[in-house]
Amino acid sequence: MTILLSVQGITKRFGGLQALTRITFDLPEGRILGLIGPNGAGKTTLFNAINGVYPPDEGRIIFRGKDVTKAKTYSLARMGLARTHQIVRPLNELSVRENVMVGACFGRENNGLEKAGKIADEVLEFVGLGERSLQLAGSLNVAQKKRLEMARALAARPYLLLLDEVLAGLNSSEIDGMIQTVLNIRKQGVTIIMIEHLMKAVMNISDRIIVLDYGEQIAEGTPEQIAKDERVIEAYLGDPRLAEQLLEEEV
Amino acid sequence: MKTWQRYNGLILPILVVAAMILWPAITGKAANRESAFTILKAVALASSLNILLGYTGYVSFGHIVFYGFGGYVGLYLLTDKEWSLWSAILAGGLASGILAFLLGKAILRLRGAYFALSTIGINEAMKAFINNFDLFGGPTGITLNFSVYKPYGGAAQALQLCFYIAAGLALLALVTSYIVRTSKFGLGLLAIRENEDAAEVMGVIAPNAKTWAYVLSAIIPGMIGVLFFFKNGNVEPHDAFPLHASIELLVMVMLGGQGTVLGPILGAFAYQGMRGFLVTSPVFKDIQLSVSGALLLMIVLFIPSGAIGWLRQRVAILRRVLA
Repeated sequence: MTILLSVQGITKRFGGLQALTRITFDLPEGRILGLIGPNGAGKTTLFNAINGVYPPDEGRIIFRGKDVTKAKTYSLARMGLARTHQIVRPLNELSVRENVMVGACFGRENNGLEKAGKIADEVLEFVGLGERSLQLAGSLNVAQKKRLEMARALAARPYLLLLDEVLAGLNSSEIDGMIQTVLNIRKQGVTIIMIEHLMKAVMNISDRIIVLDYGEQIAEGTPEQIAKDERVIEAYLGDPRLAEQLLEEEV
Repeated sequence: MKTWQRYNGLILPILVVAAMILWPAITGKAANRESAFTILKAVALASSLNILLGYTGYVSFGHIVFYGFGGYVGLYLLTDKEWSLWSAILAGGLASGILAFLLGKAILRLRGAYFALSTIGINEAMKAFINNFDLFGGPTGITLNFSVYKPYGGAAQALQLCFYIAAGLALLALVTSYIVRTSKFGLGLLAIRENEDAAEVMGVIAPNAKTWAYVLSAIIPGMIGVLFFFKNGNVEPHDAFPLHASIELLVMVMLGGQGTVLGPILGAFAYQGMRGFLVTSPVFKDIQLSVSGALLLMIVLFIPSGAIGWLRQRVAILRRVLA
């Protein structure tokens, strides 16, 4: 089993605020890792540290065998790391297709425009935005913008995909659609880390889960282990019976 | 897509430049040639600025610095080194390109208003520097000896030649603008314009892309500078670096439609037309710049995408023709 991403003792401080404290985990290829924790626990900060938005103060990040601790965001993108944002960042005045072409052009495969156009069409079909391809990205609704973020990330043909709350703000039928999409992406062999507040989704599709609280990694394990972990219940899940229930619910 | 369709967007720009060349030839009036020269110069400068402003989304209030600097380098080479006009034009463009490369490395880290302010600072700093730079004649500038026009068949012939070169440079600026707009490089620039952080996350190497956009937008202004001051016969600091000319260029690009190939052409025509009317009108002649200012304000408030952008948004068929 190849380790795609190895995070080794990452620490990040913002002034006096300890945002991340010695986060450590290995992520094997083809897995889905769930990242949960209360608001402000440092989940998005961890994403930002991994994809080079702010380099960590301590620790190392190894991606596909290379030390990328100090690498720039765009270098990581070109090495095959793609992400979506919690607050969507569409390129409003470009068409949906052009948005996705940016991902395909400048991502891992470094495609030319023509090839990128073909990839964009495929990916848009895959995430269900095929009919919106010529619309301006700014005119999409929230659910569609989330799909667009996903499409852009996928068009880069990444090895690792960081999904930051792709389910937030969606209604229940949109959520089911999105979960299917995530599972389909995994089937294509892409490794995924997802931040998610929606427990039934995280519990059901993650292979492993890491729980953060005040920047500390308070638990790591399979969904079953996490649901029974006392510190996790105390810090995040709240009610132990609720945790059990979440596990049983079908997606 | 068929090959010829790919170049649809170039048809109108080429027709416009061709018409500008024919206009003075048909009417046979030297005054028309001078008007056409002014418009072609404005088209070339505005199209170049558009690569930075329209495609990349960086507002430069001091773009005229490249025109002035290129002009100075060219005239220095023409007089002191006795270079030909052709080599001087190329050298002026190259010098401005190198200047933009060095400046870009320093100031393109700044965003929004801070970048815009720093471009004004650079223009003023360059003016002050040239004012005190003896090699370029200090405050009196460089004056060409009349004999410089001889190899081109005398002053009258040289003026005619300058006009054709201006047309060539305007065309070059438009073709460059079109190629950038339809290339992968251009797509990266548009992504930077829309959201630089998101563009970097997708792998656009923004620092490099911005620097090259800045360099591309500086070369033709440098060449135009040499041409204009050659035709003019002399160059002085206040003529080479007029801040108001930078702002007029911004108005042209915004008026016609930033981020489109045709916009700067339309903007240059409309603005030069308006300016011609204003400076000759007894009421407006002293406040023509205030009118430009007011115009810029109106555009930003009511049609931020400019005339071409406005048309493209409303009439779907035009999107194919209006690049």
